[in-house]
Amino acid sequence: MSRLVSSRRDAMRTAGLGTLSAGAFAVLAGAPTAAAAMQGVSSADVDTLNVALGLEHEGIAAYQIGAESGLLEGQVLSAAVLFQGHHKGHRDELVKVIQTLGGTPVEAKSTETYMEDLDIANTIKEPKDVLLLAQRLERGAAAAYLGIIPSLEGPDMKHLAARLAADESSHFAIISTVLGESIPAEPFIYG
Amino acid sequence: MFRRVRKMFVPSRHGGPRGRWSTPSSVSTGLMSGAVVVGAIASTLTPPGSLVAQTPNSGDPERGRSAYVSTCGGCHSIQQNRIGPRHKGLIGRQAGSESGYSYSKALREADFTWDEARLRRWLSNPRAMVPGTKMAVRVSDPQRRADIAAYLATQ
Repeated sequence: MSRLVSSRRDAMRTAGLGTLSAGAFAVLAGAPTAAAAMQGVSSADVDTLNVALGLEHEGIAAYQIGAESGLLEGQVLSAAVLFQGHHKGHRDELVKVIQTLGGTPVEAKSTETYMEDLDIANTIKEPKDVLLLAQRLERGAAAAYLGIIPSLEGPDMKHLAARLAADESSHFAIISTVLGESIPAEPFIYG
Repeated sequence: MFRRVRKMFVPSRHGGPRGRWSTPSSVSTGLMSGAVVVGAIASTLTPPGSLVAQTPNSGDPERGRSAYVSTCGGCHSIQQNRIGPRHKGLIGRQAGSESGYSYSKALREADFTWDEARLRRWLSNPRAMVPGTKMAVRVSDPQRRADIAAYLATQ
């Protein structure tokens, strides 16, 4: 069985944009219920979901860095931990879906790498800086998930991206309120 | 020989709830009038982010800075490779060549240099331009694409 699954994965990579037979793959992968619902998914969708997973890894790390910075306390710290929990939920779902589709989920980078990528040393000095970072990442994530919807081929993948975008959008709105920012004047807040 | 004339419904010119049924000879006139009305409305009421906005001739770097942060900032930054490659000095750079970033095979093998026009096209549908790229985010609004490209040209 493992040889069959391996061959299938190789075929997916070789096929590039070929549409998967999700139902057939479900039988091979031993996950008929989950995969059978993912009709019309392509290997390009798997690549896209892996980019999304990378985004979630970064979000989890950012909240961890913020929580451990000692700059957040009380309800703000509780909200940060709660939001991180949402991102862990997103991560777990994306890992499950990617694996079900025969892909290899991308691994998280080290905390040190995220510190460097996000320029933590130079930009995080006070509590507001943590919130501004979280706000920027949440807004960007919401926009990214909305932006990938037209590129995804599987309807369930489009729905998943929309659900992720809705969560990030809620986080952005709540953080913006905590920061005391006014409501954006223009429509299409995420572009 | 009997020729069946199919009537068509022409909406009110003034945007009201009442319209009229018309034969083809007057349909074209009606549609033209309707098009004028729709065009006039679009030109005055086209909101930010509209898909029907005219393709812009130039982008605004200042607007682009804000659009970049909100649209691209989830994955990219100017100075650091993150989920996507850093964008410092993007315009004029060979595609897929930023050191330290792990590009898709498709983009590594792409044979072009980034300029504003290519960047606008890329943002409209990256996978149509370079099939196999990891980048899947599309920016629907042409003005926003132009603004982002104009901003990145300053970085």
